[in-house]
Amino acid sequence: MLLKTPLNSVHRSLGAKMVDFGGWDMPVQYSGVIEEHQAVRTAVGVFDVSHMGEIEIIGPEAQKLTDFVTTNAVSRLKIGQAQYTGLLYEHGGFVDDVLVHKVADDHFFICVNASNQDKDFAHIQQANTFDAEVEFASRRYAQIAIQGPKAIDVLQQLTPAELANIRYYWFVDDEVSNVPARIAHTGYTGEDGFEIYIPPEEAERIWHEILRAGRNYGIKPCGLGARNTLRLEAKMALYGHEIHASITPFEADLTWIVKMEKGQFIGRDALARQKEKGITRKLVGFEMCARGIARDGYEVWLDGQAAGWVTSGSPAPTLNKNIGLCYLPVAEAKVGRSIQVLIRNCPVEAVTVETPFYKRAK
Amino acid sequence: MYPEKFRYTKEHEWVSVVGDIGTVGITDHAQAELGDIVYVDYKLGRDALKLGDKIKQGDSFGSVESVKAVSDIYSPVSGEITEINTELADSPEKLNADPHSSAWLVKIKLSDPGEVSNLLSASDYQTYIGAEK
Repeated sequence: MLLKTPLNSVHRSLGAKMVDFGGWDMPVQYSGVIEEHQAVRTAVGVFDVSHMGEIEIIGPEAQKLTDFVTTNAVSRLKIGQAQYTGLLYEHGGFVDDVLVHKVADDHFFICVNASNQDKDFAHIQQANTFDAEVEFASRRYAQIAIQGPKAIDVLQQLTPAELANIRYYWFVDDEVSNVPARIAHTGYTGEDGFEIYIPPEEAERIWHEILRAGRNYGIKPCGLGARNTLRLEAKMALYGHEIHASITPFEADLTWIVKMEKGQFIGRDALARQKEKGITRKLVGFEMCARGIARDGYEVWLDGQAAGWVTSGSPAPTLNKNIGLCYLPVAEAKVGRSIQVLIRNCPVEAVTVETPFYKRAK
Repeated sequence: MYPEKFRYTKEHEWVSVVGDIGTVGITDHAQAELGDIVYVDYKLGRDALKLGDKIKQGDSFGSVESVKAVSDIYSPVSGEITEINTELADSPEKLNADPHSSAWLVKIKLSDPGEVSNLLSASDYQTYIGAEK
């Protein structure tokens, strides 16, 4: 039995192609991946991301617990600020990558990956030796992402909040379409935009109001297909691909989300050991030089020998290239290295490149 | 949508037989499932497919690749390759637009015309993809 978001019937009536995404019945595309991708890069797109989970940590020691289970420094957050961070196992591998929002000094709101939410909740609860409560809040929220250069113009029509005053990776609690909403200036597309957390029973009405508000801007409903090509161009990690239980943040090129100096946290000892010994493999971006598309799990060869694997690969609609991310031995994980991707048993030439592949003009 | 005179495979190819020549393509359902098609690769094993190559019913003679996925193409019939629609290499998006007509893939001179009776009729194919959903 697949799980459904409150917008499931809306996707079906829009003619979306639905897929099983980690146990969720989700739209992979409506009009087409490339068209939806371009809408987000040039105008605005709207995504149902209600499958994402939410966990709230509340109480006098909410900050201590949140800091203990994540790698980034929660103490640096101001009220109304959000932070990308990792939840790690003791051995340093990822439980999940998440967004921590500081709602109040004693209240943190964490947005987690859909298929990891039960595992994350159990993991945080198990670590809770603090004076804090951990609440599984996923059923209280639907989430819609409005992404693209025109996202602000579309969403502004539906909220009294001054969106231009919300800095990147900050959020406000206000209203959208006259119901309470958490409006975060965050996203997973490499484009400007917002993610709103709303009551599930209002999701359908708000979805339609967003589409109506965006009509003159060329808004398009976008599925997980475009979400994937957009995030890959921006080199944002996807759990189960770039990161998972046997990958550490140092290997995943996410050293910036680890604040070793902040004090003890789960996974810190393992990371300290790895830092001392040095990592053996590292995530690096590449583009195909010859015809062919690298796909997740394909082998990467160096000088005729298997040396790594592709974590994500796809045509990049904005760049008109075929790109990917892969793990390589650390000594080889530098820009300009000639590599071969084994595509259906044929080695195809590729070269490692600078990332992100795409960066929006500010 | 699915021409009556075509015969279909469960792997979503069609063949249209005129005389002893079968024209082969992928179905509208296949292109819709794949989404934006970006490559058509004609290949027999590791070699490029060429005129005169002999293939058997069920052999793969290449692959079609979209933004999201790659899918092998299997020959609905046995015979010898007489034409290859190389235009699709430059404009693969035609497979999304016109899969049952101008975006045919290959033409095959049938070596065993009786094989066509193993394939699905248009109505059987539609029942089959209906059930697959």
